[in-house]
Amino acid sequence: MLRILVDALRTGVVTIRYPAAPSVPPERFRGAPVLSPGSHLPPPDVCPAGALSERVDTGGRHVVLDLARCIFCGRCAEAPWAGAIAMGRDFELAARRRADLRLEVVADDASGRLPEAMAPTLDPDVEAAQAAAEIHRVLGRSLHLRHLDAGSCNACDWELSALLNPVYDVRRLGIDFVASPRHADGVVVTGPVTRNLETAVRRTIEAVPEPRVVIAVGACAASGGIVGESYASAGGVDRVLPVDVYIPGCPPRPEAILFGILVAVGRLEARR
Amino acid sequence: MRSCGAQRRSSLVERALVQSLLASAGGDAEAEPGPRSTDLTLRLGNSSDLLAAAAVLLSQHAMALATVVATDETATQNGDMEVRYIFEPAGPGAGVAAIPTDRFVTLLVAVDPACPEVPSLARAIPAANWHEREVQDLFGIVPVGHPDPRPLVVHDGWPPGVFPLRKSFDASRRLPVLAADEFPHLVAEGEGVFEIPVGPIHAGIIEPGHFRFTSVGESVLYLDARLFYTHRGLEKRMEGLSPLDAFYVAERICGVCSVAHGLGYCEALEQIAGAAVPPRARLLRSIALELERLYNHIGDIGNVCAGAAFHYGTAIGLRLRERLQQLNERLTGHRFLRGLVIPGGTRLDLTHDLLGVLAATLDETRAGLASLMARIEANSSVVDRFDDTGILPHQAALDLAVAGVAARASGVDRDARRDHPHGALADPDAPSFEVVTDTGGDVMARVTVRAREADVSIRLVGELVRRLEPGPLQVALVDPLPGGRIGISAIESPRGEAVHWLRLDERGRVDRYHLRSPSYQNWPAVALAAETAIVPDFPLVNKSFELCYSCTDR
Repeated sequence: MLRILVDALRTGVVTIRYPAAPSVPPERFRGAPVLSPGSHLPPPDVCPAGALSERVDTGGRHVVLDLARCIFCGRCAEAPWAGAIAMGRDFELAARRRADLRLEVVADDASGRLPEAMAPTLDPDVEAAQAAAEIHRVLGRSLHLRHLDAGSCNACDWELSALLNPVYDVRRLGIDFVASPRHADGVVVTGPVTRNLETAVRRTIEAVPEPRVVIAVGACAASGGIVGESYASAGGVDRVLPVDVYIPGCPPRPEAILFGILVAVGRLEARR
Repeated sequence: MRSCGAQRRSSLVERALVQSLLASAGGDAEAEPGPRSTDLTLRLGNSSDLLAAAAVLLSQHAMALATVVATDETATQNGDMEVRYIFEPAGPGAGVAAIPTDRFVTLLVAVDPACPEVPSLARAIPAANWHEREVQDLFGIVPVGHPDPRPLVVHDGWPPGVFPLRKSFDASRRLPVLAADEFPHLVAEGEGVFEIPVGPIHAGIIEPGHFRFTSVGESVLYLDARLFYTHRGLEKRMEGLSPLDAFYVAERICGVCSVAHGLGYCEALEQIAGAAVPPRARLLRSIALELERLYNHIGDIGNVCAGAAFHYGTAIGLRLRERLQQLNERLTGHRFLRGLVIPGGTRLDLTHDLLGVLAATLDETRAGLASLMARIEANSSVVDRFDDTGILPHQAALDLAVAGVAARASGVDRDARRDHPHGALADPDAPSFEVVTDTGGDVMARVTVRAREADVSIRLVGELVRRLEPGPLQVALVDPLPGGRIGISAIESPRGEAVHWLRLDERGRVDRYHLRSPSYQNWPAVALAAETAIVPDFPLVNKSFELCYSCTDR
């Protein structure tokens, strides 16, 4: 016992201060891809997850990157498209609306700017804002969440459990994970909602008292990700039940999940 | 280099193997090398000879069932379906040593789609049980005489007569959930016998599965585990994709086995392409594989402590794991090491600076792990919970063809890094390493095997780093890739041997991919070990096996 105490004192505090202090990911970290307008952006089939799409109109070829689908593999930023797309280091990507995760630029055009009418709308979603205000009013600034694995590969689950380790220690922020949906203010869902879990997912979420938040963690939960939609997969949580916050990533790093949870509870503003 | 004498001996063994197999089939069979030149495939004329041929492999040649792969050939000239039962040597401790361990023997039977039946091996080979049920669910091929033919992969409400892995099934179809009776769980009955249902949604942050315990008082009488809740249809998802696109799916079958599964897929693909991966890339791949083993093993030791309410141990395990995952992110940009391995080699190099960070972190990890194990061993209440809990007997581990830590902790000397060398360990001057075994078969044995293996991994990484020479990281794969050829690989993932089977179609796209994960083999062993425990010890027993649901369910 004494040895344990001595060890603990010698180790000292290992907990980080994020979000009070910024978290800087290492150099090789692959965050949100940055698309350079007006460059030779890759064709959609380069993306193994189907996150890239394009449409052609009078303004030229528009390339759209869906961050909710992106698996951050970096393939679109490799030769021969390395100049057109670069992997950025931004990981604070959580958004209240799926549409806010779509980045659109005009490719192969010197001006590279989107026509005014085509610019993605940045108006805050009224309903989402109301929901956030209501959650904030009822739940205050603390949040107890229930984790729900809806068919994930376990990577997002591990990052959620990492939030409880001494380094992230999410409880210092008044956030905790509880054992029963009936004790929870909301759920964090990982995985694309498999056919074999759909009933369990619905029942668990419905067991959470209202108002409740539903947070989709990772590409599979946010959009189906690399799993997509099939005989075995619904293709994302919002195909089954409404989602309040989407957290992109494959998996999102722990700070990215923390950012999304704080967006959900109204303590941080989504950047998108 | 092997001597001429050894070669002659092995060709004699080879001839004896082929002859005994042909005799078991009454001569009605064709033998040919394949998938690799060192492997053997025996196409049986009559599926009724399957049992006899399998018995020859098990009893006379000390082999074990590695995997079962079904394919739908109805669109080809043959117009049938095929089932491949793939065997491998059960390990050097299991007897006949003259057969080289790195070989697969495939028994192939053709199945008439009009009457899709094969004789079941499950009574004779318990390890075949789940494989046959999976083939029944996904291909509609009935294992006649199976002791437990309940559905495995498809759950309640799946329309009867629909088989998603047949080529005629459109993968994008979403089928209605039909009304269904309650699943027929296997339970014991009697006075004072209770049934305890747990899951699929659990109280902690863990993967979904349903456990139906029957207990008398605290003792577990029987455990029926129902899995495949996370079945995402990934094998079907990969069909028709270009081999590169399919790689990203393979890398994401499981989060915590990303390197192992990505590498297994790549090695199978590179075999088909006939590609020679450059030495530096092979070393980097092996380093990544050991880093994956390390963060898993150390995190797992911490998690087992949670099962015994030793929270100090849990916190230390989590902290050491976090340190390793931060190292992963620094080395590869990803906390689960995704993005390093790529078909043909590696995407990234490890620079001199990064190798320095790697060495320093591993030194710290070694010290941290030694201290954690010392605290565990000095704590009598923890030792009391670990000792003699959840025993997997040696013979059961052999019968179920259990893999990885679970096998080695029950005295089964198997490790795919040695038995099916891969990555840089396939090189002639590869560093040697100890395969750690224990005979206890209990929670304590599995914990200590993990700790000792983590130590071996740290040493092995040092050896691999020392062998790094400047050189290319990738080789281009031939384009187009040859259709019809099969690639097979076996990788020692943190949980044990994973067997990958890949075949491309005529256009060079994925025709069929199958993964047999070590967790798939080991789940039935968890149920068996739980029956020696009390209900409150189940989390401890389960965590000591630390199996993946996602690799099992795919």
